[in-house]
Amino acid sequence: MVTTEQVWAALDEIEDPEIPVISLVDLGVIRDVAVDAGRVRVEFTPTFMGCPALEVMRDRMAERIAELGAEPQIDVILDDSWSTDRITPAGREKLRQAGFAPPSPRQAGGPQLVQLQTGISRCPYCGSTDTRLENIFGPTPCRSLRYCSGCSQPYEHFKTI
Amino acid sequence: MNEQELLSIADDELVLGWRDSEWTGIAPVLEEDVALSSIAQNEIGHARALYTLIAKDPDALALDRRPEEYRSSALVELRFVPDWARTIARRYLYEHADAIRIGRLAESDDKAVAGLAAKIQREEAYHLMHADMWAERLRDEPRFRAALDELLPYALGLLEAADRPALLAATGLENVAPIERGRHDDSWPQLWEEMTMVRRSEPAGVAW
Repeated sequence: MVTTEQVWAALDEIEDPEIPVISLVDLGVIRDVAVDAGRVRVEFTPTFMGCPALEVMRDRMAERIAELGAEPQIDVILDDSWSTDRITPAGREKLRQAGFAPPSPRQAGGPQLVQLQTGISRCPYCGSTDTRLENIFGPTPCRSLRYCSGCSQPYEHFKTI
Repeated sequence: MNEQELLSIADDELVLGWRDSEWTGIAPVLEEDVALSSIAQNEIGHARALYTLIAKDPDALALDRRPEEYRSSALVELRFVPDWARTIARRYLYEHADAIRIGRLAESDDKAVAGLAAKIQREEAYHLMHADMWAERLRDEPRFRAALDELLPYALGLLEAADRPALLAATGLENVAPIERGRHDDSWPQLWEEMTMVRRSEPAGVAW
């Protein structure tokens, strides 16, 4: 009989389809796991709503749970429970090592343009804070583009939501 | 908030997503190519989530209705490529009006509606920043001013009468007579043809 711990461990092996350095558990998208006899119910709280990776995540979770010999039920929770503050400290460190500046903590009232333009973002390559916003938007809904004057490189910053 | 109103918002988001995506590959600067594509993707994602609140199958709502059954405003149907000034004027007015009505949804007694609205607000904050940045840059450009005058009546029509003063306050524009939702733009049938073409080419029930 599968245990809750086994399910969490299995889900922690599933990579984010677009940023494979981070697992779904580190990304904070799994809100709850409930095991009842041979059934496993996962509450999945999506990140950005237009993100095409969400369906891939859902299907991979279902496959992985089926491999454990249980019957999966993945409930997509369309409420406001995910924010970038749910990314774990380990997840943030993995993002940084892979060249993505992790999201800044969310402040009351949400993000403002002035914060993106003047707030400190540290370059994930050289650690300099001499960086500037190039584009609020990036190659996926979760990223902004910035440029580091310290090492003369563009980099991607995970958007705070 | 009744279902027809939710459907209106969902249809607006979907159709604006299509129109903004028409800039992919041809925006005046590469950065805007990225921005408009990403914004369009978000808007279609919001439409999908809103349709999911209304019905089990969001694709059926998005793609299987007849053109006259959509509740989208003419504001989001207008085809502006290659007119950047009007595109930005629409983005600016739409985002400010949308912030007001999504804010209303976030106060809803219906927990599912309020929760989804709060989630949408997190992403829309970035759309608003983008629109405000461009509006500031184009503020004294006559083509942009003219586009604001042309489109403000439609933007007012996105909102309940009680919420319209908030849009004027947010944009600093003078009050004008609103154009109410209900009459599609002349370009709508052709857009509907394009957007449902692939879906209609397959037999019902086909799996993708």
